[in-house]
Amino acid sequence: MDPKEIKERMKIPRQPMSEQDPAERVKNFYEVPHGYTPEQAMEEAKRCIQCKKPICVGGCPVNIDIPWFIRLISEGKFVEAARKLKETNALPAVCGRVCPQEDQCEKVCVIGKKAEPVSIGRLERFAADFEREHGEVAIPDIPNWTGKKVAVIGGGPAGLTVAGDLVKKGHKVTVFEALHMPGGVLVYGIPEFRLPKKIVAAEVDYLKRMGVEIECNAVIGKLETIDELLSNGYDAVFIGTGAGLPYFMNIPGENLVGVYSANEYLTRVNLMKAYQFPQYDTPVIRGRRVVVVGGGNTAMDAARTALRLCPEEVTIVYRRSREEMPARIEEIHHGEEEGLKFQLLTNPVRFIGDDEGRLKAVECIRMELGEPDESGRRRPVPVKGSEFTIDCDVAIISIGNGANPLIPQTTPELRLNKWGNIIVDPDTGRTSKKGVFSGGDIVRGGATVILAMGDGRRAANSIHEYLTTGEW
Amino acid sequence: MFEITEKRELAHLVKLLKIRAPRIAKKRKAGQFVVLRLNEHGERIPLTIADSDAEEGTITIIVQEVGKTTAMLSSKRKGDTILDVVGPLGKPTHIENYGTAVCVGGGIGTAVTYPIGRALKDAGCRVVSIIGSRTKDLLILEEEMRSVSDEFFVTTDDGSYGHHGFVTNVLDALIKEGMKIDIVLAVGPVPMMRAVSEVTRPHGIHTMVSLNPIMVDGTGMCGACRVTIGGQTRFVCVDGPEFDGHEVDFDELIRRNRSYLKEERMAMEEFAYHEGPRCYEKRGGA
Ligand SMILES: Cc1cc2nc3c(=O)[nH]c(=O)nc-3n(C[C@H](O)[C@H](O)[C@H](O)COP(=O)(O)OP(=O)(O)OC[C@H]3O[C@@H](n4cnc5c(N)ncnc54)[C@H](O)[C@@H]3O)c2cc1C
Ligand SMILES: Cc1cc2nc3c(=O)[nH]c(=O)nc-3n(C[C@H](O)[C@H](O)[C@H](O)COP(=O)(O)OP(=O)(O)OC[C@H]3O[C@@H](n4cnc5c(N)ncnc54)[C@H](O)[C@@H]3O)c2cc1C
Ligand code: SF4
Ligand code: SF4
Ligand code: FES
Repeated sequence: MDPKEIKERMKIPRQPMSEQDPAERVKNFYEVPHGYTPEQAMEEAKRCIQCKKPICVGGCPVNIDIPWFIRLISEGKFVEAARKLKETNALPAVCGRVCPQEDQCEKVCVIGKKAEPVSIGRLERFAADFEREHGEVAIPDIPNWTGKKVAVIGGGPAGLTVAGDLVKKGHKVTVFEALHMPGGVLVYGIPEFRLPKKIVAAEVDYLKRMGVEIECNAVIGKLETIDELLSNGYDAVFIGTGAGLPYFMNIPGENLVGVYSANEYLTRVNLMKAYQFPQYDTPVIRGRRVVVVGGGNTAMDAARTALRLCPEEVTIVYRRSREEMPARIEEIHHGEEEGLKFQLLTNPVRFIGDDEGRLKAVECIRMELGEPDESGRRRPVPVKGSEFTIDCDVAIISIGNGANPLIPQTTPELRLNKWGNIIVDPDTGRTSKKGVFSGGDIVRGGATVILAMGDGRRAANSIHEYLTTGEW
Repeated sequence: MFEITEKRELAHLVKLLKIRAPRIAKKRKAGQFVVLRLNEHGERIPLTIADSDAEEGTITIIVQEVGKTTAMLSSKRKGDTILDVVGPLGKPTHIENYGTAVCVGGGIGTAVTYPIGRALKDAGCRVVSIIGSRTKDLLILEEEMRSVSDEFFVTTDDGSYGHHGFVTNVLDALIKEGMKIDIVLAVGPVPMMRAVSEVTRPHGIHTMVSLNPIMVDGTGMCGACRVTIGGQTRFVCVDGPEFDGHEVDFDELIRRNRSYLKEERMAMEEFAYHEGPRCYEKRGGA
């Protein structure tokens, strides 16, 4: 690209994406941003200067050919752009919405040095949505069956990616999912207003049309063990069971009525649709005043969900300062716009209940930042005598998840680290057990959708290699 | 979809259902449960697998109507289907030849006691059973329980059948008479399980109870089912459902089971309004 054109392109401002008005959207569960129009998308795509050595690609965990798909958008070839994306990313409509782009591809985009970076995520979302909404999703040709069968445990982003990649190589794949619906955190955790469930459903449908079999209500470790799968006709197994074991704080009053784990609260509302109670049978305590403990994406999702269930006040209690909050900036910003309150440098010490054992307040203590810990972040330490209480009738604990033990309990040969995560070879996803691979949150602890998918892709490649060569 | 292949009424508001679920039937052991969801709008509720037939490919559940979901399940008929059934969940009962095992079943809890009693009998235990209910009409599985027991007692709160009084009265008497008891397994309403645990505590008799907290996923993902056991939080769906009765914080369990009283009443009223009360009877009962 000649320097003059680069200069011209650099003048184009970053295209904003229109959003539902905050006052309106806290009353509903519809998606917050509307997405680009074709005109906006083509204009934004022009901001990419098509670098010869695009460093943005290195910022993306699955190395999407970013300039290529953006060029297709700038030329109006939206469906082609979507297909280009799908070569490396099975779920672009999902990643375009939930990837922490500001820390990945967009963080390193050269335009970002002088102005705001190219909106790679929004463009990705646009192309994928366009293809889906225009009914242009094409099913790739599936080669003849290789005679091999693979069992995928867990229908989250890691498992779905493995399944898609392996059917495309001609293997038969069955996904075993514990819940009544596949999608993992995408359906039970991330709320509708951030990731509409019909998008996940469309991706799952696409996999089914390619021939992936999905068996829900199948808890592996209980219904069948991994050894049974391997001796009942499956040639390889992928474990993508996620990090689904909620941590609690082990402070007094934590089992009072009204204290939830974020997993329970979000599952009730998202998967079981408690926000439509009594049309749907699963209830959730709506509460008048809600306290959410934690500072990550899950905490923000729980808090913004609580706001939509109409209580008077929702407060985030987080023990470090705002700079250390691991949640995406966009989500914190959206939460603030919607009226979320913050008690930073604050930590709960006990929950207080009424005579019937229902939560009525939480006692907190102020924190200050002391010396840096192993992670390099300054360690929060309690300020003596600074206790105070916050009235609340719902508290949602969102301080992280551990590894679910169901599979390791019935598969003793699997090597685990001290937190219970499965140990794999990072290049191949191989576990310590022959024919068994793993990836995603069960290996990494709570990470991201795109990292789980990247793991899935790598594992699929090495499963294919294993099935073809038979070598372990 | 899971087909209902048989349905019977066992007592007032208590139904037995056989469900076609071959893989669960093959795997399940005494003490395990399923989580089911009736339809797209339904709640996920846990129910013990009372029995199974691996050859026929069915599991048996015994359900007591207490709210909307159990009422809807009760109104299902042979040939109807259930959308989702997942299991077998929970840890199986630890079965071994303990010597003398006393199985205590209260109300619908007998549905859980029965498979455990049978497994204990098969393992060579001397099984002493005490089953009770409020009144004669509510008693279930009397013959089944009797058939797996070396000694068998029935109690009713109102004296309409068997011993007049509570299961704990009989248990207490047996202990006082000097029966050497190696283990007690008690399943029933929470207050009953607590009372049994209090009877055995002073004698140091090992006592296991099967807890019934509110659940959602049943796989350890949500923590809805947590209870305090010996001062520590445990998840009943994966660590249980059976725990040492002397360590359970029963008060907490009772309080947590009352979390949604208001919502449950609302759901039931709305259901009764649309379906008419006792819809299952109108449709010809079982
Ligand atoms: C509330 C919330 C918000 C998040 N927001 C973001 C975000 O904005 N951006 C982002 O990139 N990441 C986000 N994450 C993290 C991201 O969702 C996860 O990193 C990702 O989903 C991990 O994918 P996975 O496939 O490894 O596991 P999961 O998505 O957890 O899926 C695992 C699946 O396996 C099933 N399973 C478990 N055990 C068994 C078994 N024994 N048998 C059969 N099936 C089983 C589970 O039911 C589940 O469906 C968020 C996480 C949460 C909880
Ligand atoms: C491991 C286990 C095994 C069980 N086995 C049996 C059985 O074999 N037969 C039987 O009749 N019942 C059994 N139960 C209880 C049964 O699950 C509840 O009666 C049922 O969920 C009530 O649902 P509902 O909508 O009809 O009533 P609701 O009106 O919703 O509730 C009535 C009461 O049931 C309890 N309850 C409500 N929702 C749930 C839920 N999701 N999970 C658990 N309890 C809930 C609450 O204490 C509530 O007050 C078992 C429970 C557990 C945990
Ligand atoms: S997948 Fe995520 S990191 Fe990669 S290009 Fe898309 S938004 Fe960026
Ligand atoms: S670094 Fe930025 S400008 Fe360069 S190719 Fe990537 S997106 Fe385009
Ligand atoms: S029911 Fe969710 S963890 Fe036990």
